[in-house]
Amino acid sequence: MSWVTKTLSSTLGRKLIMALTGLFLILFLTGHVSGNMLLFKGDGGEAFNKYAQFMTTNPAVKILSYLTYISVIAHVIYSILLTRKNKTARPVGYAESKASTNSAWSSRNMGVLGTIILIFLVVHMQGFWAKMHWGDMPMVTYEGETYKDLYQIVQFAFQNEILVAGYVIAMGFLSFHLSHGFASAFQTLGLNHVKYSPAIELIGKIYCILVPVLFASMPLYIYFTS
Amino acid sequence: MKLTLKVWRQKNSTDQGGFVTYPIDGISTDMSFLEMMDVLNEELTEKGEDPIHFDHDCREGICGMCSLYINGNPHGPQQTTTCQLHMRSFKDGDTITIEPWRAKAFPVVKDLVVDRSAFDRIIQAGGYVSVNTGGVPDANEIPIPKKIADEAFDAATCIGCGACVAACKNASAMLFTSAKISQLAMLPQGQVERKERAEKMIAQMDAEGFGACTNTGACAAECPKGISLSNIARMNREYFSAVVSSENL
Repeated sequence: MSWVTKTLSSTLGRKLIMALTGLFLILFLTGHVSGNMLLFKGDGGEAFNKYAQFMTTNPAVKILSYLTYISVIAHVIYSILLTRKNKTARPVGYAESKASTNSAWSSRNMGVLGTIILIFLVVHMQGFWAKMHWGDMPMVTYEGETYKDLYQIVQFAFQNEILVAGYVIAMGFLSFHLSHGFASAFQTLGLNHVKYSPAIELIGKIYCILVPVLFASMPLYIYFTS
Repeated sequence: MKLTLKVWRQKNSTDQGGFVTYPIDGISTDMSFLEMMDVLNEELTEKGEDPIHFDHDCREGICGMCSLYINGNPHGPQQTTTCQLHMRSFKDGDTITIEPWRAKAFPVVKDLVVDRSAFDRIIQAGGYVSVNTGGVPDANEIPIPKKIADEAFDAATCIGCGACVAACKNASAMLFTSAKISQLAMLPQGQVERKERAEKMIAQMDAEGFGACTNTGACAAECPKGISLSNIARMNREYFSAVVSSENL
């Protein structure tokens, strides 16, 4: 085994991959939520459709999107590898355990939260991403140029109250996942410092509320305005 | 005080084991938890039963020998060692559940005694410094800033009791290993084996079957010596920089 594979199969190496992919996905979420704010523009979806077109055709964005797919897959695979190791580390459990006295609920349930987010992700990508790439899309023309009308697909999808409720609930789970994951990733990278750690924790707390709230407001806004 | 004790009894490492309930009376609130166990063991011995086996040594909170998972927390409800836990932390009529540390790397030897030699093997893998033979060096020959010395000492206060492993949902030994790596990595004397130490101790920690870290912070919250999570971050830095820069393929 080379030193690279040896390192990446150690517990610390696996955690490093979790932290790096997690942080990359946090960056992705920031971009995703910023771009999707165009749904609130009230221009009948022109800006949003142009943005969607750009995101699916620009070569630089393509590289980023492949990195995102790799990050999601690696984050899932390594979490399974780590969870399996962690489960075997305690074959006999405690009859009585007061874990709530020493740690936060979200930190102990990252796997459960992550699994729910993964299920959401599959449903979400099937609904929009797969349609945009390979589906039968309605077209729209702005200034003589035709665009795929993703805005119309989004508007139509969020007429369904069950889907809207599912999205809002999923964002709740995402918030809990981020509430631990954000600061935890920095700790894993070894970035624990009296000057920066309080700031990282504060930004993590703001991020884990702000981003899921903005995401959840999109289906709610569309449901209640149209 | 009158109490009901639910104690894990297990004849040997291969026995399945199970809980046995013992009523106990006449316990003073000033007794330590282990003195209360002594009272119970005297009663059991007088009745001709096998006394409950548990680890203990100094009973001053400095040796790291006592363990016990009491009512769902390692070393019981206070952030201290079991020997320094007093019966005033409990109420008359309480039922107290007493279990051994639970981890694959800490197999039960008998009753509440677990084999913690996995910690010794982690230390043996790299938790040492090379010292030249020859004349005795002068004290304070190597200047070390007070702040660094204090931080290294804070890490060195780890008594290796294993409460961190017991508390962790993954039975991870990262707080222990990181304290042992930190106390040497911060000092000039620890520089010779610095990279090798991080690589070897973490490899040994993994080989012993301890889990990974989820940064829940349960270990630091339960540590009787208050070892901080910053040591785990330091260990990660030590390890990552060691693997990319050492010459060990």
